[in-house]
Amino acid sequence: MPNDLIAEHIPRLRRYARALTGERSRADDLVQDTLERAWTRLHLWQRGSNLRAWLFTVMHNVFVNQHHQNKTQRMEVLDDAAPELAVPDDAQQSLQLRDLHKALEQLSLEYREVLLLVGLEQMSYAEVAEILKIPLGTVMSRLARGREQLRALLSGQAPAPLRRVK
Amino acid sequence: MNTELPIFTEADLHAYVDERLDPARRAQIEAWLETHPDAAERVRAYREQNALLHSAFDGVLDEPIPERVQRARTLRWGWMNYGGLAASLVLGVALGWLVRGESHRELPLSIVLPKQAALAHVVYTPEVLHPVEVGADQEEHLVKWLSKRLGVNVKPPQLQSSGFTLEGGRLLPGEDGPAAQFMYRDSAGLRLTLYLRTGLHDNRETAFRYAKEDAVSVFYWVDGSTAYALSGELDRERLLNVAQAVYKGINP
Repeated sequence: MPNDLIAEHIPRLRRYARALTGERSRADDLVQDTLERAWTRLHLWQRGSNLRAWLFTVMHNVFVNQHHQNKTQRMEVLDDAAPELAVPDDAQQSLQLRDLHKALEQLSLEYREVLLLVGLEQMSYAEVAEILKIPLGTVMSRLARGREQLRALLSGQAPAPLRRVK
Repeated sequence: MNTELPIFTEADLHAYVDERLDPARRAQIEAWLETHPDAAERVRAYREQNALLHSAFDGVLDEPIPERVQRARTLRWGWMNYGGLAASLVLGVALGWLVRGESHRELPLSIVLPKQAALAHVVYTPEVLHPVEVGADQEEHLVKWLSKRLGVNVKPPQLQSSGFTLEGGRLLPGEDGPAAQFMYRDSAGLRLTLYLRTGLHDNRETAFRYAKEDAVSVFYWVDGSTAYALSGELDRERLLNVAQAVYKGINP
């Protein structure tokens, strides 16, 4: 039954949403909207094809739509600015995680998505291309730029103007 | 950055970071990185990024899933909140209108199906002597006969867990061909009917929808080439519970 098939993917959808939005309740809003949309469009999913990739595509679409809306009309009230991160082992790591959180926020959405799908969700590059509906070459260049920007942000520099890849 | 990479592309370097290279290629890159400290530093930093992402967010995987997300997952069962909209469109149209002539032929399934089901329900459930053509005591025969006439395997789901026992079923004229009705009753004598139509062409799966035809509540949905409608004179919540049991009985 598709319900159970979908259920299997919820923890990872939540993890990705948390990293993408950086905030717990927004992340769960996103997961909730994604699941609702997935249900009404389940007939568009080809049985036997990659359900996980399809769900992440749905989430991508929902997120991008909301993101654009928020840009023009930022009216939502976040319950707390504090990032919801897993409890860190020590203070040093805690600082690192806070930096990571801030840095992710500063990454452009295009880079953030690719970077998270590859680095956190461990999707293959081809899957990322499928999920985001972009060519493989674009996945690779966004990944390269995203990682380089994140590196600059984490080392305390403003992201340098990027040299062209290729 | 690619000027540092005479034999490897930038993509290779990332594939190396993500451990997506075959062993031969990996060994080549490793050897090359020994003499290219800048690239080696980037690799180290990118791997650290991956590790950092996991330590920041993997905890989410073990969190209990919040209830509202759980609910969204089962939205299929809650979708009739919106289905009520569709139902309001058809409300007030007389039931008998359906059986007249060709006028309904072009109407979408969402209008025709609950009406046909509700009509069959109100016609046969008050019946005392002949509520069904074939009784549940001959269930095997009932299943074979209806499966043969509808052209697909149809089997009445068991609804005892919802308090309803199968009484039997009958063959009915559907819109373009035969349809079937299974009848159930609870210990108080309340009857429910499950109406089935097969041979739909667009093979899709819809959410549960809700319609109300006079006193009869109907939940209906499409699963593959078969449309189902569960009708009963009971409140929506209770009928919904039974509809879920029907769905589960059909799609174990």
